[in-house]
Formats: sequence, C-alpha cells, structure tokens
Amino acid sequence: MADIKGIISSLFPQAVITDGDIPQITVKNADWHEVASTLRNDERLSFDFLMTIVGMDWMENGMGCIYYLNSTEHGHTLTVKVMAEGDRKQPYINSIHDLWAIATIYEREVYDFFGIIFIDNPDMRRLFLNIDWIGYPLRKDYDNSPDTNPVSTESERQTDFTDVYTLKDGKVEKGERRIFAEDDFVVNIGPQHPATHGVLRFRTAVDGETIKKIDIYLGYIHRGIEKLCEGQTYMQSLPFMDRMDYFSAHPYHHCLCMAVEEAAGIKISERAQVIRVLMDELSRIASHCLFIGTYCMDLGATTMLFYTLRVREQILDIFERTCGARMTFNYDCIGGVMQDLDASFVPDVKALLEVLPKNVAEYNKIFTGNVIAKNRMEGVGVLHRKDAISWGVTGPNGRGSGWACDVRKVAPYSIYDKLDFEQVVRHEGDSMARFKVRMDEIMQSAKIIAQLIDNIPEGEYCVKVPAVLKLPVGHWFKAVEGCRGLFGVHIESDGNTAPYRLKLVVPCLPAAAVVDHITHGQKIADLITIGGSLDYIVPDMDR
Amino acid sequence: MQDFSVATNWFHALLAGVMPEWLAVTLECLLIGVGLLLVYALLALFYIWFERKVCAAFQCRLGPNRVGPWGLLQSFADMFKILIKELISLNHIDKFLFALAPYLVIIASMLAFAVLPWGNGLQIIDFNVGIFFLVAVSSIGVLGILLAGWSSNNKFTLIGALRSGAQMISYELSIGLSVITMVAFAGTMSVGGIVEAQNHLWFIFSGHIPAIIAFVIFMIAGTAETNRGPFDLPEAESELTAGYHTEYSGIHFGFFYLAEYLNLFIISGVAALLFFGGWMPLHIPGWEGFNHVMDYIPSVIWFIGKAVVLSFIIIWFKWTFPRLRIDQLLSLEWKYLLPINLFNLVVMVLVIVYGFHF
Repeated sequence: MADIKGIISSLFPQAVITDGDIPQITVKNADWHEVASTLRNDERLSFDFLMTIVGMDWMENGMGCIYYLNSTEHGHTLTVKVMAEGDRKQPYINSIHDLWAIATIYEREVYDFFGIIFIDNPDMRRLFLNIDWIGYPLRKDYDNSPDTNPVSTESERQTDFTDVYTLKDGKVEKGERRIFAEDDFVVNIGPQHPATHGVLRFRTAVDGETIKKIDIYLGYIHRGIEKLCEGQTYMQSLPFMDRMDYFSAHPYHHCLCMAVEEAAGIKISERAQVIRVLMDELSRIASHCLFIGTYCMDLGATTMLFYTLRVREQILDIFERTCGARMTFNYDCIGGVMQDLDASFVPDVKALLEVLPKNVAEYNKIFTGNVIAKNRMEGVGVLHRKDAISWGVTGPNGRGSGWACDVRKVAPYSIYDKLDFEQVVRHEGDSMARFKVRMDEIMQSAKIIAQLIDNIPEGEYCVKVPAVLKLPVGHWFKAVEGCRGLFGVHIESDGNTAPYRLKLVVPCLPAAAVVDHITHGQKIADLITIGGSLDYIVPDMDR
Repeated sequence: MQDFSVATNWFHALLAGVMPEWLAVTLECLLIGVGLLLVYALLALFYIWFERKVCAAFQCRLGPNRVGPWGLLQSFADMFKILIKELISLNHIDKFLFALAPYLVIIASMLAFAVLPWGNGLQIIDFNVGIFFLVAVSSIGVLGILLAGWSSNNKFTLIGALRSGAQMISYELSIGLSVITMVAFAGTMSVGGIVEAQNHLWFIFSGHIPAIIAFVIFMIAGTAETNRGPFDLPEAESELTAGYHTEYSGIHFGFFYLAEYLNLFIISGVAALLFFGGWMPLHIPGWEGFNHVMDYIPSVIWFIGKAVVLSFIIIWFKWTFPRLRIDQLLSLEWKYLLPINLFNLVVMVLVIVYGFHF
C-alpha cells in the first residue's frame, strides 16, 4: 500500500493523498483525465477495473465523484475524489469512458442523479429516470414534491438522439448525436418480453436476423433505493437489500450489515458469521439453479426448468423454516441474524447435500452434453478477459472470461479465508463457459456448506446493538460476492442515524451494459443466449 | 379383417334406393364433412390433452387432473373458453388477409385429412396421386403463416413469418424426398396402394436401411414442418414472444393452435402410412397364426395407435431438446439432410432394382 502512495505522489505532486482502509487521492478536474490514464496504464499501478463511480453532493463544498479503482493484477484498491467544475447549475467533470468502457454507463447514472455533466461522454442521456424528469433527485436540495414531477398518464417521450457535451474555451457546449443510423430497422425487445427476465428494454437494430447495435434502456423498475436510504435509519435501509437482486438477498444483506458493523465497531459472534455464510451459499445454489432452469428455458429446453426448480424449492423450504419467508427474507441484521436456526435446518441441509450431486449430474446429462445446446452456446457471445475487466463484469460472468474476480478469494470477508473451496475460472469466455462456471459453483458452494454444517459454533446469534445507531463521520466501503458478482456498499456518514449517501455497487448493471458489446454481428437468437448467460436481474440494475 | 367399405357401400345403396344418385352423393359428402370436422375437433382436443399429460410426466408434474377423469375434459373447457373469447380487432393491419390467414392454415390441414388411410375401406378419397396431393395441400399452410405474420403489421410477427417461410420451404424438400423414396419403393402414389403393398411386411422392415434413413429424416423434417420444438423458431417464445400469431386472439388464435396439433397428427399419420403400413396390422411372413390374431384388432385402432405413438416421439423431442438457431436449422437441412436424402434415394433405387429387400 505504501508504495502506491509513493508512486502516485511522485507522479502527481499536486494530488492530495488521504490515508484510510482504502487510500484516497483528490485531484482537480483539469488533471483528472491525465491522472486516470496514468493510473490505468502505469505498470506499477495498472488500475484496470473501475468498480463504481459514486456521485456526491457536499452542498456548499461543491459536487463531485468518488471513483473506486481496483487493480486485478496487484489487487490494490484506490479511490479518487474529483470535484466538479462549474456552478451547481451545470457542474462538469471530464469523462473517462475511453479508459474504462463501463464508465459510459456509470457516468450516465451520476448525470441522472446529480446532473453532473461528463465532457465528451458520447451518450449523456438519463439512465434510469424519465427522459423529461425535472431535477436531479440525489442532490441534497432536490425538491421532491409531487408537483414538480407529476405522475404522467402519457407514454414516455421517445427520441432517437442523445446529448453530447464538449468543452470549448472553458464553456460547455451541447451537441446532438443519433443513436441509430437513419435507416436502421429497430426492434424493441422488451420491456415486456419473456427473455429479458424483467422489465428491461433492448432497442435492437437488426439487419435480417443479425444484430447491428443494441441500445439498452433502463429504469422501468427504478425505485430510487439509494435516495430512499438517505431518509431511513440503517436498520430501516436493510429490507431494501432484499428487493434488488432478490435471488441474492442474503449476500446483499450481509454486505450492508458488515459495512454498518465495521463503521459502528460492532463485533458479531462466530455463530452468526457461520449462519450468514451458510445462508449466502444456500442462496447461491438456489440462484444458480434458477439460472440454469431459466436459461435452458430461454434456449427452448423447458423441461430443465422443472428439474432445477425442484432443488430450488427444497432450499426455499429450508429458508422458510428459519427465516419465515421464501423470498424477501430480511434475515441478516446489524449485530447478527434475526433469529436462530430452526431445529430442522441441519437435517434439511444434509438432505439437500445428498441429492445435489445427483441432480447436477442429471442436468449435465440432459443439457450440457446435448449437441444442440453445445451449438447454441459454444463460441457465442465471447467476452475476452480484457473486455470483462474494462466493462467491470464480475461474478460468474467475469470468471467465465478467465478473470479470477471472486471477492470471497480476492478480498476474503467474514470467515471465507478459513474455508476450503476453489474459485471456478474458465477461459473460453463464451456462453457455455458462463453456464459451466455456475454449474461448478453449485458444487463449490455445497462444499462450503458441507464444511460448516456439522461445525456450527454455539453462542448468541445476535449481539446487542444500540437502539439508535449513529455512525461516526466518515466513509466505508464493503464488498461481497453476491450470486451474480461483486456487490458493494459505500456509506458516507455525517454522524446521523441515516446515511448521508449510500451507494450500492451492483453486478447486474455492467452485465447488462456489456450486452451491446458482445452481440455485434450475432443473431437475434444469440441475444437470448447471451442475455440469458449473463443472468442479469433487472431490479438489481435499476435499484 | 373387417372391411369398412362393406358398410359404406351398404349405406350408399340404402340412400340410392330412396333418392336420386346425385342427392345421395351430396348427402354423403355433407355427412363426411360433418364427420371430418368432428374427428378434427376431437383429435385436436385429444392431442392437446395428450401433450399436456406427456409433458407433465417429463417435468415431474401431474398435468391437468381437475376437470373430468384424468383431466380429460380440460381440453373441452379450454375450447369453450377460447370460443367465447373476444376477437380483438386491431388497427393498422390488413384486415382481410389477417382474417384469412387462420382459415388457410386450418384448411390446409383439413384437406390433408381427406387422403389419410383411417382404416380398411375407411378413406375419403383414394386416387392415384394421393400422397402427392397430401404433400401439396399441406404446403398451403405456409401461405397462411406468412400472411398471418405479414398482415399483423408487427416486427415480431414479420420475423416469425419469415423464419417460418424459410424453414418450411427448406424442410418441405426433405419431406418430399423421403416420400419419393418410399413411393419409389411402393411403386404407387395411391394411398390405398401404399397400404396394400405393406400387406406382408411394413416398409420400415422390408425396406430396411434406406427405409430407416428415410424414416429418421422424415421425422426430423416433419417436426420442423409442424413448427414444433426443437424447430419451433417461428414461434420461439423467448425470442419473438409468440411469433407469427402474436397478434391473434380468440378463436383465430385457436385455429393456429388447432392446426399445429392437427399437423402433428398428419405428420405422424403420414409416417405411419409410409413406414408402418397405415392401417395395416403387423404381419410377419410365415407367422400365419400371429398375423391372424393381429387382424382381429380393428384397422382404425392400428392407424390411430401408430400415429399417436409417433406423435409421442415428436412430443418427446420438444420437451427434451433446446431450440436450434435459424442458421443452424437451415444448415442442418441444406448441408446434411438434403445430401443424405438424395443419396438415400439412390440407395433405395438400387435396393429396388436388385431386389435387396424382404
């Protein structure tokens, strides 16, 4: 860690470096693009993975962004704070979309919520909110009265143009750019479409059956969870975690709990740790089972869905007996878990572990080896390792492209460093690789569960937590491996009971953003294969 | 062996005795038409129930089991539901063609019924180009699908229809060539003649290797021809929602649905005719006693039984395999099935010429 600071301060003497768990440097907007390009390209630093861009509004202290950068080669993490130039009416920051591909989308998100313009970003539209939305909701002075943005009974205005902002002689100039070519045949796949797994819309330009370009249109299920959290206490924020990626509710809960516990200095019991990990891994199996089923159904093999749902049902039954719910569990809480394990938990899980290998073998027999399945998946939607990192595609998708990005291994949290399991990595990068990674991860999760199920330590399942929980002033970041990839929480606290800013880093947004990149020149049917193999969850990306 | 022509001839004589010949024929045509419609509807309902039950068994479910014994009346209930559903009228469509399309599809499958060998003497028309007529009329269905997709004025239906056109025209070739192979073996195009030619042994046994190859190709192409999985691209629901019939509602949608199941029956029926002797019971040369026992099973049961068993195989395909992609589908036909089929035809001719068959 010390050497990153040394290198950076020698390269950029003007940058301010702050210590912390994750070192932070503060740079001026004018230097930002140059700094970013050095951070990205310098061999000693090589920050090739842009985790997220956190937009911030510090009121009188101006607006800006915090960039979370990670080096896949060296494993170090850095945050960069960039203050926006210009006044509150039109703040702007230079775009870094040419360095990290995913920045195009992340910058749009910041623009949508904070109104910060990114100079030279080729696509400065709103990302989630209605195209005619007035105001920027995550600004602290946003007027959220219903009169500003009344519920519209009209269809959303559609446009074929996007905005581009350039800087000329210190002044921001607005330009327009066509999204599609003028004579493109554009098919709307979604928002109501069985293959998008939710209300997601791909505006797809096709030439016959061949895809020319996809414009992803988000926000149909945007609920403003980040904004909502700013008005709630930390405990009240927890249930929102169930409602993003509802298949990895446990890991998401785990993440926010860990972040708050670290900030508040709460130490949880060994038993609660084990229970949380058990729940995380069970939900990983359930989630991957559902993926296999729905994916096969997308490809036309409907019967597989029922075979995989059988296992998933078994897991949901286990959850129900302990958590009291089959979907939105709200089980992990600050200080541990909500209630102790049900008496049936251990025998039920053991029964599950017994049938699991048989079931996985059956899935392989009926589907993986099938010649049609192979033809449909192999070599389709190849995502190279370099692109996976540039687009920030984590989780099983990234690991299918040869990027060892499992947070459980890269930056172990909870008790994962004491457990014996392998990180599944494949190098083909195609849909088949993504499918097989998940298939193998089921068995790895089963391995973890098998290690823990007989060794659940005794102790209290939840430690006492003050009824009014106030975090000290500061900011914290925690990341876990959700079922679909890296899920992170950035908490910025001003010492109150509610967070000043709670940024959620989700794995599905990059997974959906990369669709355009890997479907070029493929068939419409491949879009289904590729989209299915990326396994995105729409509420997760929309938040 | 019971011969239904005895009964039909007696009925004709009865009618002709009390009325002029032309009136008798007209009346018979009407009766047959009504009978055909009834059989058509009943078969479709049976197939819907059958498929649901079979697929449920594959998927560890029970399938329909509430309405009637074993859920048998479920299809009837569904049919009444679809009959009373509103026909939603759409704007910006070609109304005439839109309304015409489902009828074309259903007429195509009904015409094919006319030449199927239902039983001994139970065939509506038996003429010298029977099987050719069948192939010809079943091709009309493509027209209906193309019209449906095009007249709906919807991008999904258009893509579905174009896929369907490409697919059905391609696979028609394979169907035609396997039919030609078997026609060459039988030496006649008349449906009755083909059945009679299998009196001593079914073609699948007597024609051995070339007949088996032709059968496999026929089943693959037939599955593709009926737009069923794994070749259900025109209505690939995960890609094109419902394909060419996305915009249809009520009984118009029901017609497409019925036609799909009836085409399944027709394809299995033709396969039964060409390879498994139509209504002809299983006869093994030399086993006179066995052949005699087999003759006691009514010919109608033989035909429908064979067709249902073959349909079961096609349904089995659908609920097991994932769907092909359009380019894979077409390359399967043009690069593999077509050359194999042509080669197989030559082999069959050699087998006939040199008498290498049983």
